[in-house]
Amino acid sequence: MGQTLSVIVGPGIKSVAGDQLVSSAEMFGLGVKSVTEFTLVHIRAELDSEEVAILVDRLLADALGQWCQPAADKLAVGGDFVIETGLRPGVTDREGAELVRAAGELGIHVKAATMGKRYVIEGDLTSDERTTLAERVLHNTVIERWSLDALPPAFTDGASKSPAVETVAVIGLGEDELAAVNQGRRLGLDPEEMIVIRDHFTALGRNPNDAEIETLAQTWSEHCAHKTFRAHITMDDGTEINGLMKMLRATTEAIDAPWVRSAFVDNAGIVAFDDHFDLALKAETHNHPSALEPFGGSNTGVGGVVRDILGVSAKPIAISDILCFGPEDTDPSDLPDGVLHPKRIRDGVIAGVGDYGNKIGVPNIGGAIVHDSGYTTTPLVFAGCLGLLPTGSNPTNAQPGDSIVVLGGAVGRDGVGGATFSSQTMGVETADVAGSSVQIGDPIVEKGLIDVVLEARDQKLYTAITDCGAGGLSSAVGEMAEELGAEVDLQLVPRKYPGLAPWEVWLSEAQERMVLATSNPDALVALSERWGVGSSVIGTFTGEGRLVVTDGDTSVIDINCEFLHDGRPRRKMAATRPALDRPQRDAGGFDANRALLDLLSHPSIRSNEAVIRTYDHEVMGGTLVRPYGGVAADGPADGTAMIPPGTSGERALAMGIGVNALLGDLNPEAMAWHVVDEAVRNAIVAGADPTQLSLLDNFGWGNPTDPQTLGRLVAAVKGCCDAALALGAPFVSGKDSLYNVFVPPSGVPDPVCSTLVITAVGIVPNIDTVPLTGVVEAGDDIWLVGPAAGALGGSHLDAVLGADGGGEVPQPDVSAIDRHHQMHNAITSGLVRSAHDLSEGGLTVAAAEWAHAGRLGVSINSDSTPEALFGEGAGRYLVEVRPGDSDGFSQLVPSAVKVGSVIEDQVVRVGDVSVPLTEVSAAYIGGAA
Amino acid sequence: MKPRVLIPVALGTNRDGDLADAFEAAGADADRVPLSALRSGEKKLSDYQVLAVPGGFSYGDALGAGRLLGLDLVEWFGEQLNAAVAAEMPIFGVCNGFQALVRAGLLPGNRKAVLSHNQSGRFECRWVTLLPESNSIWTSNLHEPLRCPVAHGEGRFVVDDLAALESSGQIAFRYGAADGSRAGEAYPANPNGSVGDVAGVVDSTGLILGMMPHPEDHILDRQNPLRGRTTGGNCLPLFQAGIRSLVSS
Repeated sequence: MGQTLSVIVGPGIKSVAGDQLVSSAEMFGLGVKSVTEFTLVHIRAELDSEEVAILVDRLLADALGQWCQPAADKLAVGGDFVIETGLRPGVTDREGAELVRAAGELGIHVKAATMGKRYVIEGDLTSDERTTLAERVLHNTVIERWSLDALPPAFTDGASKSPAVETVAVIGLGEDELAAVNQGRRLGLDPEEMIVIRDHFTALGRNPNDAEIETLAQTWSEHCAHKTFRAHITMDDGTEINGLMKMLRATTEAIDAPWVRSAFVDNAGIVAFDDHFDLALKAETHNHPSALEPFGGSNTGVGGVVRDILGVSAKPIAISDILCFGPEDTDPSDLPDGVLHPKRIRDGVIAGVGDYGNKIGVPNIGGAIVHDSGYTTTPLVFAGCLGLLPTGSNPTNAQPGDSIVVLGGAVGRDGVGGATFSSQTMGVETADVAGSSVQIGDPIVEKGLIDVVLEARDQKLYTAITDCGAGGLSSAVGEMAEELGAEVDLQLVPRKYPGLAPWEVWLSEAQERMVLATSNPDALVALSERWGVGSSVIGTFTGEGRLVVTDGDTSVIDINCEFLHDGRPRRKMAATRPALDRPQRDAGGFDANRALLDLLSHPSIRSNEAVIRTYDHEVMGGTLVRPYGGVAADGPADGTAMIPPGTSGERALAMGIGVNALLGDLNPEAMAWHVVDEAVRNAIVAGADPTQLSLLDNFGWGNPTDPQTLGRLVAAVKGCCDAALALGAPFVSGKDSLYNVFVPPSGVPDPVCSTLVITAVGIVPNIDTVPLTGVVEAGDDIWLVGPAAGALGGSHLDAVLGADGGGEVPQPDVSAIDRHHQMHNAITSGLVRSAHDLSEGGLTVAAAEWAHAGRLGVSINSDSTPEALFGEGAGRYLVEVRPGDSDGFSQLVPSAVKVGSVIEDQVVRVGDVSVPLTEVSAAYIGGAA
Repeated sequence: MKPRVLIPVALGTNRDGDLADAFEAAGADADRVPLSALRSGEKKLSDYQVLAVPGGFSYGDALGAGRLLGLDLVEWFGEQLNAAVAAEMPIFGVCNGFQALVRAGLLPGNRKAVLSHNQSGRFECRWVTLLPESNSIWTSNLHEPLRCPVAHGEGRFVVDDLAALESSGQIAFRYGAADGSRAGEAYPANPNGSVGDVAGVVDSTGLILGMMPHPEDHILDRQNPLRGRTTGGNCLPLFQAGIRSLVSS
């Protein structure tokens, strides 16, 4: 065992009133004056005093400004009480592992090390209040332990032992008994699926092993098999729908775009960039984990989508994130047990996104943050990634006899069962039982994987590749072996610690692993050693059509691949067409100036610059249009653009994102059109050519077994398909996240508001004419492209006025597509100095943001009806054009109307609205976190 | 023959490509080399004329940014480094590379200094203005302010005696305001709270430069977020100066 040395390192980080920790404590009514956070280091080793001094001096404390003392000694910093936290055993502890490695570099043998935190708190709190502070503010039970005293460290070598292979009795069981097995192992399978599994094994004359039934549950989970999107759906009016996935694919096939290299196969869609390179596109959801452990959830969400891109042999070059949270001012006492406060979720999710992207060195170039009460118990986290690969360089031809090589980290008990967990609703107990489904990412290992895989790709060292995501080896090897079959020996899989059951090794979602097929395993292993990345050869692809997994001599899995991949009975589901009737608009009068300021500080509109500044959006040096731009780099861009590193530099890619929380439950089909149009508008302003756009769809929806919820999903998919077809922009990849429902102890389910995120990616043919963010020069003309008024049903105006004022939601508008093309022609002709699309809050908000970004006034003629000032709709832009370019511009954009000019006066004037620019800026920036 | 620049890559290094691009644009051959290839002897520091330690999160910033890469420099490559310093090889460390050179004791070399957590407590990514001032080989020909991004969480420069460092001419860059004056330790022009607005320092010989901001990400005018509004601040001359010093010597 060895002795344990525990030390504390200072000076610590002190939070006082106004800082995040103390503010969070206040939210729970705790009178905390200050919290000072210190690092605790626990080292298990036999050390003499000289060795201790070396470790302290070289590894733990700087000579300038830091100190280190035994943890048991009294601290000079006084407080009223302390709370200590530490990781649970088995949770990734990179810092502890690095300490062991670095001590070895100094010639000192350390058996194990782990880090913790000590919080020294000033404040007169009762014992119950201290517990609340620990449980709700300072620690997260999913990954950490806490104590009001010295917390003994938990070293990962102390993890408990799991039993060996067990069989799961299903033969002869009736439906109720099968349901009990399903429930007991949290398999998340449908009753029909349990019957098929029982019958399959009955015919084989044996019961399944635990690993076999878990593999089936993972492979057949909603997360992996998209049962709902593949289901046969019967509408309440008798209409039959032969699969939502088929609708999306049929749309892409009908468009038949020549730039699409592959769509809806593999880990990501692939489209052409130029004559030499392709782009890989993917956006993922990571909702359930983010609700429980916000940092780890979003962290591994980014890691997962980056790995998806690497899984098609592409270099990850850009990250995006779209985040949906409840209101930050939610009263904590209104939250059901088991639900984290929206502010805590937001802070943790943002920190997790930033941590992964910054450390892996991929720029985060765009996203959105939406706040709505529909996300309070069911936050949504969407993470996207773009990649670059030489045309045709992703091999997909594994051969019989090829070795199976795993690159990356060792497996642990982390993330066991993530796919099945993500495919079920959540309740008060979810955090306890699903704790092991949530993981902490390790971007440093994944950065190494990128280096290894790209060099291996260029040396043609593999014949197929995929990543270990949900389901771990079970889904990665399982998918690759679908055609060929495979044999794997789990004894060859590196483990973080002993005691893992074979099924846990097979299903562990330990992140940052890739699985490759190769005829040259030695070269691949040597290459990964060169880059400091772990690797192991775990088996071979056989060509025999069976998935055979052993643990040494013990048989763990022996399943026919055809049954695994095609044996699942197709789901039959029922849906109800949504009622779309809207009341006539009947809203009272309001102060339009006030409404503009309220809109600018609305949590879904206000500046997120402070968030973006915590994300590295510059690494790789290719960023062309940043998320925030203008004179002081604090004005919102529409879309963003980057020149992929290593390409000619003559063209860029542009990305636009559309998302809306307010329309999905009112009219999902119109919402889909609206969101597609928003993504396209944003991409157009960033310079994208509308004749070569590709789309990604991400659905964040409730429980699809509810016919109303499924009916809304059907309508949204129809809207997506119709809008894409009208645009000629194919979907190339997508991901749905369903069952975003919280079931509180009272039993009344609280579903997410129906949410669709669309990402549009296009090519910027001329990087020199991309419009600037924010107005540029007083005296320039302002033109309005698109209708002079918009719709107010489901508008952000109603959100700030506090009631649904009725009226239609924005309707599909095919004419918007012409305007996108006209705008692009004007942009590539160099006639557009700056532009801003009209989205949340309509004309006045767009004008105000645009003026703020350029630090100049704008004066715009407009009707002063609420529809003209604040209405929302498709295909609308504000454009700044030099007076001398009027003729050229109006020829290229015949629908445009000259509505005003950029002015020196620091004021935003739109119709009767007139607000000083200083107030506009204060409202827009002031609410930022 | 073009000067050869060694760019060592540790696990977690991530701006190695950006740094290689900048030195190549300045006329050098840049070679990204994993530490394992230096440890094995496959590549040696003496094969190169410049050492440039890139940005990133070597070892995930475990135990403090740059601490473990600094340890590697001392424990694994100490002899090679001492020989290179004795042979007057120009050495450059940017961001995590700067942190590592400080932890390894090469910068500022004659004083105690650390790069501590940003005063804001957060990772900061934003463009800054840099005022060059030392007489080093890297900066002596720079007369206009440079502009480039910072992207770090631990970049607050603290030194035991700032006045001594100033009087020995070891301040290479200070953070400036948009109008070209000193940032005055005010956020966000000084993004991390560094004392004296120090953004970069050189050793007493002027051969070793370390800086937190990323000049390698502004070597083309199109990278400037203010393009179309203002011009200037391109950092390529910094890299050209480092290369030119070899050609002329």
